[in-house]
Amino acid sequence: MFASWHKYASLMHFHALSQRVSPWCFGLSAVLFAAGLIGGLGLAPTDYQQGESFRIIYVHVPSAWLSMFAYIVMATAGALSLIWKVKLGEVIARACAPLGASFTALALVTGALWGKPMWGTWWAWDARLTSELLLLFLYLGYIALQAAIDDRRAAARAGAVLALVGVVNIPIIHYSVEWWSTLHQPATITKLGAPSIATSMLIPLLLMAFASQVFFFAVLLVRTRCEILEFERHTQWVKALVGRSSMPTVIA
Amino acid sequence: MTPRHRRMATITVLVVGMGLATALILRAFNENLMYFYSPSEIAAGKAPSARDFRIGGMVVVGSVERNPESLEMSFTLTDYAHQTRVSYAGILPDLFREGQGIVAHGRLTPEGSFIAHEVLAKHDENYMPPEVAASLKPQSLPTTAANAP
Amino acid sequence: MNDFFAMGGYAAFVWPAYGLTAVVLALNAILPCRRERALLRQLAAEAKRQGSQ
Repeated sequence: MFASWHKYASLMHFHALSQRVSPWCFGLSAVLFAAGLIGGLGLAPTDYQQGESFRIIYVHVPSAWLSMFAYIVMATAGALSLIWKVKLGEVIARACAPLGASFTALALVTGALWGKPMWGTWWAWDARLTSELLLLFLYLGYIALQAAIDDRRAAARAGAVLALVGVVNIPIIHYSVEWWSTLHQPATITKLGAPSIATSMLIPLLLMAFASQVFFFAVLLVRTRCEILEFERHTQWVKALVGRSSMPTVIA
Repeated sequence: MTPRHRRMATITVLVVGMGLATALILRAFNENLMYFYSPSEIAAGKAPSARDFRIGGMVVVGSVERNPESLEMSFTLTDYAHQTRVSYAGILPDLFREGQGIVAHGRLTPEGSFIAHEVLAKHDENYMPPEVAASLKPQSLPTTAANAP
Repeated sequence: MNDFFAMGGYAAFVWPAYGLTAVVLALNAILPCRRERALLRQLAAEAKRQGSQ
């Protein structure tokens, strides 16, 4: 089972596998982003209420979804590392945090840029916005914790506990617009029944969301490789790998 | 119980405990987490009288009165059960219009009307091109139901 | 074309949102790749030093 996996082999194999997969992920996300942008900025019609300002949805909603998705990946990887001592969980959780933090910040800023012209304010302390801000602080807390603890294994354990404690915030973000009165509108896509968005507007949104998801995995693979190299720098396989790739042409 | 089972149990307890504690805290502070009160809550006397708070509702069609000399204006807010008259002087967001959901920040007068110092527009979760919106009858627009607090 | 860039009067909000997204995506793509290259170079230099001892 998990525990009996050869600790080093699993990181080594993941490293090799990710080198083959990540370029394809970058390529696929670029194609999807291009299609989503053409659809979102060019083909999607103007909204009946919000005019052209609604086009911010194509960058705001994918980054907001990703901010929560990255957290779920981070907490799951943390749980794997705590319970089954899966080293891969430790490195993936560490790789998730900067990605998640950047997309949370992006969701907040693009939301403010949408809120100012439509609501009339950059910011409101309603339940949705506040819980999303809390998510940013959870990511920053995790990153600070990793920087503060020198022992990587201890840092990973402490980070995993923090990530699992903060998981309760994810359903709060999602349901905040139903549980409390908020300035933010309720969900469009994930509500029960058909999404209340015209198909010509929905398709670019799904393309952009899928593109950012694939992009997330592409960057996560690169970041995880870095974490693996630092984690395993004194092992034989890393030395062998570095020896093979130490030709200047490969590095450049 | 293997060490792995013990770790699993510890983490389950941690996550479930956090969830329960958070649920209790959120229940206790439920009032404070509400961004606005509805006209019905104000009619029932649930809104604070001594301090500023927010009211949210739909602007009743045909209720907007503007003073042509100044920025002063007033309108009626409804949640389809009760109504509150709101007066305001200032800049309105682009989305402010009759039939639209808005949130106003201000204070209740002893007579029961609301004096706002800030008006924000709420938009709904529906997105469609104008042609589609025009082809829907106003009363069948999901806007009205979804936007009512 | 000018209509497109004007975004119905919301250009000051729409384009910064897209611009910031582009910046965040670009940084997320470039920084880890550079870090990986630097790391490989550093580890190779360490290995060489140890090998020559």
